[in-house]
Amino acid sequence: MQTQDVSVRQSTRKKIHLSTEDQIFYTIINILTAVITISIIFPLMHIVAASFSDPAAVSAGKVIIWPVGFSLEGYQAVFSNKSILTGYANTIFYTVAGTMVNVAMTAMAAYALSRKNVPFMNSIMFMFTFTMMFGAGMVPNFIIMGKYHLLNTRLVMIIPGAIGVQNLIITRTFFRNIPEELLEAARIDGCSDAKYFFSILLPLSKAVLAVITLYYAVGHWNAYFDAFLYLNDRKLYPLQIFLQEILLASNVVDPDPDAAEEMRKLFNLLKYCLIVVSSVPILCFYPFIQKYFVKGVMIGSIKG
Amino acid sequence: MLNPTKAVKPVKASGSKSAHRIGGRYWNKYKSLYLLMLPGILFLIIFRYIPLYGITIAFKDFQVKKGILGSDWVGLEHFIYLFGNRSFWSVLGNTVIMSFYKMIFGFPAPIILALVINELKNVRYKKLVQTFTYMPHFISWVVVAGIFLQLLSPGTGPINFVIKSFGMDPVYFLGDPRYFRGTMVFTGIWKSVGWDSVIYIAALTGIDTGLYEAATIDGCTRLKRIWYITIPSIMPIIVMMLIMRSGKLIEDNFDQIFNFLNDGVLSVGDVISTYVYRLGIEKMKYSYATAVDVFRNVVSFVLVFLTNTIAKKAGEEGLW
Repeated sequence: MQTQDVSVRQSTRKKIHLSTEDQIFYTIINILTAVITISIIFPLMHIVAASFSDPAAVSAGKVIIWPVGFSLEGYQAVFSNKSILTGYANTIFYTVAGTMVNVAMTAMAAYALSRKNVPFMNSIMFMFTFTMMFGAGMVPNFIIMGKYHLLNTRLVMIIPGAIGVQNLIITRTFFRNIPEELLEAARIDGCSDAKYFFSILLPLSKAVLAVITLYYAVGHWNAYFDAFLYLNDRKLYPLQIFLQEILLASNVVDPDPDAAEEMRKLFNLLKYCLIVVSSVPILCFYPFIQKYFVKGVMIGSIKG
Repeated sequence: MLNPTKAVKPVKASGSKSAHRIGGRYWNKYKSLYLLMLPGILFLIIFRYIPLYGITIAFKDFQVKKGILGSDWVGLEHFIYLFGNRSFWSVLGNTVIMSFYKMIFGFPAPIILALVINELKNVRYKKLVQTFTYMPHFISWVVVAGIFLQLLSPGTGPINFVIKSFGMDPVYFLGDPRYFRGTMVFTGIWKSVGWDSVIYIAALTGIDTGLYEAATIDGCTRLKRIWYITIPSIMPIIVMMLIMRSGKLIEDNFDQIFNFLNDGVLSVGDVISTYVYRLGIEKMKYSYATAVDVFRNVVSFVLVFLTNTIAKKAGEEGLW
């Protein structure tokens, strides 16, 4: 209510002062933002509309942003496709398990690293930030994962990315901004470092934990490269790999031309619905959690 | 308040005693902290630094049977081969050209968006614009590639229907080497412009409104206020982002390029990461592919360092 009041007051004040120059200025600004916003949501709206349309109408170019010849055929095909369901289940597993590991490990490390004057912690922090600049790269990682016998296991989707340095920095900065007097007071009451972390610091840090949980979860949901590199068992594939197969398969290779034609038809039917189905979980929650995402950028941008 | 600080002091004072005793004291004092750090350290060593040691295969003749440690050293052989290899130079050129375009068009885009959003007076409309422009950031590149393949399809895509309705020939945005780079720049901006603008919007909200009031009284026009107050105020952040981005001049977005790349545009679209993938993983030229990666890493490091030095000389605050 308060923000509305302010905006109303501002706009009335503006009306008094609005000169011709200002009017032109605001008109241009409004048109510009409208054009930018529309060009960003148009592709999304088109896909959603096409997913509810008759495939024939889509390929005839009749669908722009509103469904033509309403049909749920594609969605039926998506939900009766075994590999897509497997991929969905795998992605949910990787996202939930992976995010839990991520958040636990990041919070613990960030707390230890956030404490000042503890020997070696600065060197460890430097070792973390160094990996942002210098990574091993695709090939050594691939060889080492093979050596660890992690190729083609579910673990490879969870453990090797356990701590993201960016998220570590965000969490550490947040912990550092909590007044040190709190720790001192807890100490006087006989609270150990570990107990302070679990029963005082963590409950106070729900905001930053929410932020990194969301960052990690989105990362897992969209993760594609690790699966592509490290997995070749179809039972373990996440949704993104099946998506890639179906969305980007320009020419289906099948010795039998009829079967290939069948596949192509199925893929054409599937693709719009598949895009919607795979992105809906994120985009549905997104408007409600947007402020947490933005908060993460703010915390992360303060120099630690 | 006094007791705990007193208890801390003797430990600090004993800093000059023997290393063993100091270690022991610190261990006792901070045991729980080190234990909390332990999983992180193990992770760092096992999944970051041991693989990092693996880049030595760029200087070795890596044989799968002999392993990373057992393979024979060959010095700079792979790098010499690399610099004499025409396909490497063409890939390097593609990478730099694409990054350059992305820098010219992609870097200012979020700044402009932030400036424009900052001028919006209607709070609800502002929120709406922000919500929609941030959205594509959360969609994976696989899906974005899928979306634009449909949208830009020469046969069935709505964009080409519009082009055809003007009586022109359909444009192969993703299959024609002339348009591929432009399409990559556009899809890159489409996906990230909103999200990248967040940091600038945050900086803009921190500007002292008194400055604007003073300027208005002095008869400054709106555009002049943006030019003389807004932009200088966010300049430190712009410079910081530019430094961070300069290292990426030789980097590319594997997820984006790999999902859009096809045989028709290999001559302009093949970049370092897709090249490394093709040689290293598909053709199993492990050592050579790693040499390419090492070269890229070193150049990117030097670029960040140089830009930072230049920025500092120019009187801006650098990264370090």
